[in-house]
Amino acid sequence: MNAAMTRPSCIPVRGKRQRAVQVVAAASIAACALAACSSSSSGGGSGSGGGGKTGTITVAVVDNPLMSTIEKLTPAGFAASHPGIKVKFVTLDENTLRDQVTKDVAAGGGQFDVVMIGPNDIPTWSKNGWIKDLTSDASDPNYDVNDIIKPVRDALSADGKLYAVPFYGESSFLMYRKDLLKAAGQTMPANPTWDQVAAIAEKLNNPAKGVSGICLRGKTGWGENLAPLNTVVNTFGGQWFNTNWDPQLTADPFKQAVNFYVDLIKKAGERGAANDGFNECLNNMEQSKSAMWYDATVAASTLDAPPSPIAGKLGFAPAPVVKTSAAGWLWAWALAIEGSSKHQDAAWQFMNWATSKDYVKYDAQKNGWAAVPPGTRVSTYQNPEYQKAAADFAALTLKSMQSVDVNHPGVADQPYSGIQYVGIPEFADLGTKVSQEITAAIAGQESVDSALSKSQGYANQVAQSYK
Amino acid sequence: MTPPTSTLAPPTVVSKRAVARTRRAGGWTRRVPLLPALIFVVVVTQIPFLLTVWYSLQSWNLLHPGTKHYVGLRNYRTIFSDEIFRTAVVNTVIFTVAPVILSIVIGTGIALLLDRKVFGRGLLRTLIVSPFLVMPAAAALVWKFTILDPVFGLLNFFLKPFGVHNVDWINSHSQATIITVLTWQWTPFMILIVLAGLQSQSQDILEAARVDGADGLRIFRSLTLPHLRPYLELGILLGSIYIVQAFDAIYMITAGGPGQKTTNLPYYLYEVAFRGFDIGRASAMGVVVVIATIVIATLALRLISSLFSDEGMAGR
Repeated sequence: MNAAMTRPSCIPVRGKRQRAVQVVAAASIAACALAACSSSSSGGGSGSGGGGKTGTITVAVVDNPLMSTIEKLTPAGFAASHPGIKVKFVTLDENTLRDQVTKDVAAGGGQFDVVMIGPNDIPTWSKNGWIKDLTSDASDPNYDVNDIIKPVRDALSADGKLYAVPFYGESSFLMYRKDLLKAAGQTMPANPTWDQVAAIAEKLNNPAKGVSGICLRGKTGWGENLAPLNTVVNTFGGQWFNTNWDPQLTADPFKQAVNFYVDLIKKAGERGAANDGFNECLNNMEQSKSAMWYDATVAASTLDAPPSPIAGKLGFAPAPVVKTSAAGWLWAWALAIEGSSKHQDAAWQFMNWATSKDYVKYDAQKNGWAAVPPGTRVSTYQNPEYQKAAADFAALTLKSMQSVDVNHPGVADQPYSGIQYVGIPEFADLGTKVSQEITAAIAGQESVDSALSKSQGYANQVAQSYK
Repeated sequence: MTPPTSTLAPPTVVSKRAVARTRRAGGWTRRVPLLPALIFVVVVTQIPFLLTVWYSLQSWNLLHPGTKHYVGLRNYRTIFSDEIFRTAVVNTVIFTVAPVILSIVIGTGIALLLDRKVFGRGLLRTLIVSPFLVMPAAAALVWKFTILDPVFGLLNFFLKPFGVHNVDWINSHSQATIITVLTWQWTPFMILIVLAGLQSQSQDILEAARVDGADGLRIFRSLTLPHLRPYLELGILLGSIYIVQAFDAIYMITAGGPGQKTTNLPYYLYEVAFRGFDIGRASAMGVVVVIATIVIATLALRLISSLFSDEGMAGR
């Protein structure tokens, strides 16, 4: 034990030092092992087997509730009837999913076979050959591609060719607790304006009971806080770029919209809004911590269906407006096949099942009609059982989705397509930077003016290549 | 626990030439078995580094296939005029220095307590070391959602009786949050090192000091602390090397925000490389970071080894 004691006076120092080195070496080995296991998360995907109809396909999906449903239903619903195909799900949060999937397709990595993407990716990805043209696969009469809601189908096509099939589609609307509004003596107008919504939110806000008037996203990410915020910007008459590609982030309408959004969160929003995205607000609503929520229509399929504790207590209104007649967004989480995938046939088999009418019925059998993936197929909305189960939100969802104009969502003309995003490849980076500034403004770490003037600078750099 | 073996050979009388001959022959027989490892290291570290240098001279964005071209040092100019990069440098320094100092101080304190004979010491040690064994990403999520969440978090729940509640810790104290999580994670590492140092301290000397009438504080200052010095120095050095690369906690808890308050260099590099897909600029950043790290590490290592030899001299 105490070797140092028995040695001459000069040795203890060295013994001590060597000991320290031994200890440290052991500790650093442990540290390296930890680092290794934390960084080697999702490894390579495609297993053995050639390009045929069999093999392991790796599917990258976003971590929203409907995706965990399909993951649960896949073994019995799909794998049992397709014994040659093994489906491996990789579930990631929205920001990580985009980073990983874009990296994989852009570098031709082949880590994933089926990827979940959005309409904003379609124009560039199809042009670059990163995703497979699905037109001929989807023309199978059993698949009935024309049953897919037209705005969604158009958003997922480029040059008349279909590049992705929607797992679910959504617009945005306002969800509110009928019981809480009634208790406070408030009524929701049929087509509310943002001022009316703000007034109701302030009445319902009750910090003493831990209930916020409204839940709004503040989390960093262009698909997180910028999605609802951009619909507010559009209806206030703002836009990202004018038709000459001059950034408009410091123009008056944009400033008014952001100030309104940030003020509303400060006055009547949830605590810690700067960390909240879709899933956090969903949780707040389920736990009765928020009285209203402006977000994706798909949330209704989780909130207003059993086992949600607030099922049946919800009312729905169209996206609040100011200067436009409608303000909802259009989004679809859609499945596409990577151009570099070695299992394209097997991948299509899976996508065919996952986005088919049969999947909707199968999900309904297992989880009830109100919880099926919405916003994809007209037949779902024509089904009397769905109309009955989702009576409160089905019609409004369909109407919201059909009332959007992806190329002209605001007041002025814009040179890009997209409602809650700017349809250019640089937007992932630009949008993230701007959303960081917005988060800082929501967290009270920065003024809206300074957040927007920084953002204007970022947008200027991007705009140079488009002028 | 074996005593360190002496590396000094017994003094034997051999002619100088014979020594030189055996050395030459023995040199290669000793080096050959090392070659596979050496080649492996070169392949996995040096070749990628050279490639990175080459990429850093290109304008190459993965989102625009087919536009890759040579631009000389333009990427480096962009970096040094980039305000976020400068913020990230400052944040990296904050997120390295603060956790290292805090964890070494707290770690020493806990190690001193654990060195005493108390009931259930073994269990206590295992529990205290556990933060280091939890996967960093999982730990970050626990901090974010279970402890610091403003609505559901445990911290606000426990502070409520004291009139503190509904505090949005992560956003209003973002830098403190990251520093706390890193300190929590790395304190056990420091405890392990310091505890080993304490246990190698000779009990006889301590007893002699007590007989001479020294109190606890005096013993700590004059005997324990000098004895612990090499351990503390190594803890600081290794802690800095690991913590400077902190990524998990920042990615999971704050995503670099709000604004750029918690963006450090590794996180900013990730954003440029895997969100902007600007491979050229990200490579240039990587090169700058490596050069800066080598310079700082060389200086730090030199400083520390000089401290060691100082102590060696004093020991004589």
